[in-house]
Amino acid sequence: MFVSFGKFGKIGYVSETKVADFMKYLGQGKIMATRCSKCGKLYFPPRADCPDDLSTDMTWQPLSGKCKLLTYTTAHFAPTGFQDDLPYTIALAECEEGVKVYALLSKDINGKEIHIGMDLQLAPLRLSNGRITYELKKA
Amino acid sequence: MNVAIVGVGQTPFSRNCGISIRELCFDAFREALEDLNLTPKEIDASIVCSAPEYDKQRSPAGLISEYLGLNPQPTFYAESICSSSSTGVKVGYSFIKSGLHDIVAVIGFQKMSEISSAEVQERMGRGADIQWESPFGTMMPAGYAMYARAHMQKYGTTEEQLAKVKVKSGKYSLVNPLAMFRRAVTVDECLKARVIASPLKMFDCCANADGASCVIMASEEKAKKITDTPVWVAGIGAASDTLSTTSRTNLTGLDCAIEAGNQAYKMAHIEPKDVDVAEVHDCFTIAEIMAYENLGFCKPGEGGKLIEESQTYIGGKIPVNVDGGLLSKGHPIGATGGSQIRTIVLQLQGRAGKTQVDGAEVGLVHNIGGIGLYGNVTIFKR
Repeated sequence: MFVSFGKFGKIGYVSETKVADFMKYLGQGKIMATRCSKCGKLYFPPRADCPDDLSTDMTWQPLSGKCKLLTYTTAHFAPTGFQDDLPYTIALAECEEGVKVYALLSKDINGKEIHIGMDLQLAPLRLSNGRITYELKKA
Repeated sequence: MNVAIVGVGQTPFSRNCGISIRELCFDAFREALEDLNLTPKEIDASIVCSAPEYDKQRSPAGLISEYLGLNPQPTFYAESICSSSSTGVKVGYSFIKSGLHDIVAVIGFQKMSEISSAEVQERMGRGADIQWESPFGTMMPAGYAMYARAHMQKYGTTEEQLAKVKVKSGKYSLVNPLAMFRRAVTVDECLKARVIASPLKMFDCCANADGASCVIMASEEKAKKITDTPVWVAGIGAASDTLSTTSRTNLTGLDCAIEAGNQAYKMAHIEPKDVDVAEVHDCFTIAEIMAYENLGFCKPGEGGKLIEESQTYIGGKIPVNVDGGLLSKGHPIGATGGSQIRTIVLQLQGRAGKTQVDGAEVGLVHNIGGIGLYGNVTIFKR
């Protein structure tokens, strides 16, 4: 089943993209990166086009989801549409494949446990309004 | 051929200024032309700078150039969010250097009260990569907070040191009549203020404002006829970084600022130690600490110590933001760079009043757009 990219995240601003298949895989529980067939560079978030050699020949590759926390912040103010979720923790993590991921930390993680360098697991998350995203959970 | 700044102007920065954008720009323009041997008709190009998402007026350059009496000369629009007017100055420099134009007015403005709080709130969410990062509810303070957290982890920078940047800002705001917040604050007040995005609290963050700035630039030949006190553009650097956080490698400094600074120092043939007074983009306290390091005023990781030792006050190693900075002045996005340049020009002309740095000959402006997205460093000499 085709899922529009517009369903990505709590609020989406982009609905049309060459990497819309990302949503199909996410629905199957897989978080996919793209790899340039020409130079071999891995991209996450996935890109359809490689700027290094102008190639559009990309293949999908699943990420293991194993990550380490690089930095984070707990937001107490939010843009329109996110206020009901406050406070929430935005994180940047590094995946074992070397790419980085920007996502929220799971609400299951106790604030006191959060520390830079902690092991995390990137996982798909279905939201109550039929949308889908990914989050960083405790490993 | 050298390029000079011959005139500078700025309106008070405030909330709900009560006048229209054309009038704001006029007030800054009028100050910039004061005491100059120059009429608007002799200005042969204008560059208008703002962040369009806060404007109701479509294509503001048309409106502003008309109101300032700058038709039929060509007018241009420059945008790099918070560093738009520094970008305008770089474009103006290129116009003059190329011989296309001799005298250029760079007008920066923003009336952030023009749109409702709800509209501001909505726009804030779209400052990041809208496909992959905005869907997580991020905004400006969160972006800088992530740098602050990483800086604290790597270098041991403390929340007290961040607070001390605001304490300095508050001190100098008391003698800047154009600043929006004119009040001294203590470290304790800063630490107890409500959290915006941890570890940044209210006093770690600058505030939206209404305001305008104007910088008049001229070729060497014209400058000498216009004023007895031209200030020379000695070096200009500009760089960009990735919009997406996931593509950044340096999480404890802004690479675009390092690159822009290196370009400007090289062009001006000076080193960081030669700078007598600096204006840096302190949209957040951590941004000022990273600026110290990125501009070479101290080593990476020693920014916290530099403020701790009061080395960025007047009388210290390198006075920084002695007009109160964005933290006290407020941050009317498109006007900010021009306001920073005005402060440095007044310093180099010996007209800075109570915050005059004695004998200042070399000044530097560091103006950043976005979360380390656009870096602009400009060096001026007397």
